[in-house]
Amino acid sequence: MINYSIEKEYQGMVEAYQKAGGDRDALLGKGTARLVIHENRVLGKDAVEGIKIETMETKSGVNVYLLIEEGAKIPHPVHLCFGILPQEGLQEIILKVDARDSSEVNVIAHCIFPNAVKVIHKMEADIEIGNNARFDYKETHYHGESGGIEVIPKAKVRVGRGGLWQSTFALSQGLVGKLDYDFEVFCQEKGVAELVVKAFGKGHDDIRIWEKIHLDGAGARGLAKSRLVLSDKARAEVRGETYGNAPDARGHVDCIELVNGTEAVARAIPIVSVTDGRAKVTHEAAIGSIDKKQVETLMARGLDESEAVDVIVKGILR
Amino acid sequence: MLEVQNLCLSLNGKPIINDLSLHVNRGEIHGVLGKNGTGKTTLAYLVMGVNNYKPSAGKVIFEGQEISGFSVSERAKKGISLAWQEPARIEGLSVRDYLMLSGNARGIKQVEDYLSVVGLEPASYLDRDIDNTLSGGERKRIELASIMAMQPKLAILDEPDSGIDIVSLPFILNCIVEMNKRGSSVLLITHSENVVETAHRVSVLCAGRILRTGEPGEMSLWFKENCQPCAHVNEPEKEGDKR
Repeated sequence: MINYSIEKEYQGMVEAYQKAGGDRDALLGKGTARLVIHENRVLGKDAVEGIKIETMETKSGVNVYLLIEEGAKIPHPVHLCFGILPQEGLQEIILKVDARDSSEVNVIAHCIFPNAVKVIHKMEADIEIGNNARFDYKETHYHGESGGIEVIPKAKVRVGRGGLWQSTFALSQGLVGKLDYDFEVFCQEKGVAELVVKAFGKGHDDIRIWEKIHLDGAGARGLAKSRLVLSDKARAEVRGETYGNAPDARGHVDCIELVNGTEAVARAIPIVSVTDGRAKVTHEAAIGSIDKKQVETLMARGLDESEAVDVIVKGILR
Repeated sequence: MLEVQNLCLSLNGKPIINDLSLHVNRGEIHGVLGKNGTGKTTLAYLVMGVNNYKPSAGKVIFEGQEISGFSVSERAKKGISLAWQEPARIEGLSVRDYLMLSGNARGIKQVEDYLSVVGLEPASYLDRDIDNTLSGGERKRIELASIMAMQPKLAILDEPDSGIDIVSLPFILNCIVEMNKRGSSVLLITHSENVVETAHRVSVLCAGRILRTGEPGEMSLWFKENCQPCAHVNEPEKEGDKR
C-alpha cells in the first residue's frame, strides 16, 4: 500500500531541491544509493551492492548507519538528502559511517531548508575510514532568504593507514543564518585529510568554522581550506588547526575571507603545531576587501564593477 | 586613434609622468621603449584608467573623445584593453571563462585558436583556473590570449615579454603581430629592443617624457647609445634641463 503522505513529502523535498538548483534525477533515478529524510521521517532509502544503510527514527531526527563493505568500489555517488520544508522545526541526524578497508565511495549530501524561519539542523557524525579506503563527502546547503536557521554540523573522522577523507561543505545559496561547523580528523600513517568549507555570508549571518586535523601517523597529509565571502553585517570566525605529530607529516591551513562592504566582520585564527621535528605544517590566511587588481582586470575586459565582483565571488565559492 | 596630450602625474610629490605627449595611429603597433622606473607602466595605467591614477594635467583622447574621466569599464567598452605586466590570479575562474568573458570571442574554437597563438595547448589549459597553479609565464601568455579574445581596438601590452622564457618568446612576438593583423592597434610597452622590433613606430620614454619617436631600428640604436649607458635617476627636471 502506498503511503500518500510520505510520497507527498518526498515530492516536496524533490521540488525544493530542484528549485534550489539541484539535479532532480539524483533523488528519483534508479541504480544509485540514496537516503531522503524530512524532519525525523525517512522518506526514501535505497542501497546498492557494497552499501548498507540502516536508519532509526527518533523524536527529533534520525540515526543513520552507513556501511561501505571492504573492497567495495561504489561506481555512482550516494545521495543523502536532509531537510525541513515547514518554517519551523528541529532535525538531529546522528550519522555513523563505517567505510571498511580499501572501499571507495563518493557521497553527496543535500541539505534543504527553503522556508526556514525557526529551524535547527544538527548533524553529529562519527566516521571511520579504513586502511586504504577513499571517502569523498560533499555537503551542499540550500537555504531560504529569511536566515532563520541554525546549522550545527559536527564530525569526528578517523582515517586509517593510506586512507583518504575529502570533504567539502558549501553554503552559498540563500542566507546562512547561524552556522557552527566543527570537523575534526585524525590521520594514521600515510592517511590524507582534506577539509574544505565555502560559505557566503549575507544579512546578519553568523558563521563559525572550526577545522582540526591531527596528523598522527608517519607521512600523513592534511589540508584545512576555507573560502568565505561576507557582505552586509555578516560575521565569520574561522579556526584552522593542524597538528603534525609524526615523522614526515605535512599539513597546511589555507584561509581566504573576502569582505565586501564596510560592516561585515571576518576573523581567522590559524593554529599550526608540530610535536615531531620531522613534521612540517604551514598556514596562509588572507582577509580583507576584494582585490582591486582582480576587479580592474575584469573591468578591463568590459565588465562593470559589480559584474566583476560577482565573477570573483562566484569563483572563490566554486 | 589614441592621443595623449601633455599628461602629468605625480605620486607622493614626485613627478612620474611629466608633460607626456604621444600619438598612436589606427592600425599601428606603437612601441614605448624605456628603462625601469621611467614611467612606462604608469602610462599604461593612465590610458586604461586603473589604479586610481588621476592625471594632474593633460588629456587622454581616444577616437576623438576625451576619456580622462571614464571608468575602466567605460574605456574597455569603447575598445581599449590592458594586458598587465603581472596579471592578477583569480581563484575559481577557468581559462575558458576568462577568455570568453568579454563576449567577443565567437565560440570555443576561436578561444582554442587564441591559446594556440600564444603556444599553449588548449586541451591542457581550458579547464585550468587562472590562479596560483599557473606559472608566471603561463599566466602571462593567457593574459595575451585573453586580449586577443577581446579583440580591442587598442591593446595596451605592458612588458609582454617579462617572465617569458626564451623558447616561448617567439610565440609572444607572433601574438603581438597576429593581434595587430586581426585589427587591433597596439601600444607596446617594453624595455626590450628585441620586442620593440615588432613595432611600426617607437617612442623612447625617459623620466616620464617621450624623448623622441621614430622608426624602430633607429630608436633602438638611439636607446642603446644614449639610455643604456645613462645612469639616470628618474628626475624629470634635471632630465629636462639636459635637453
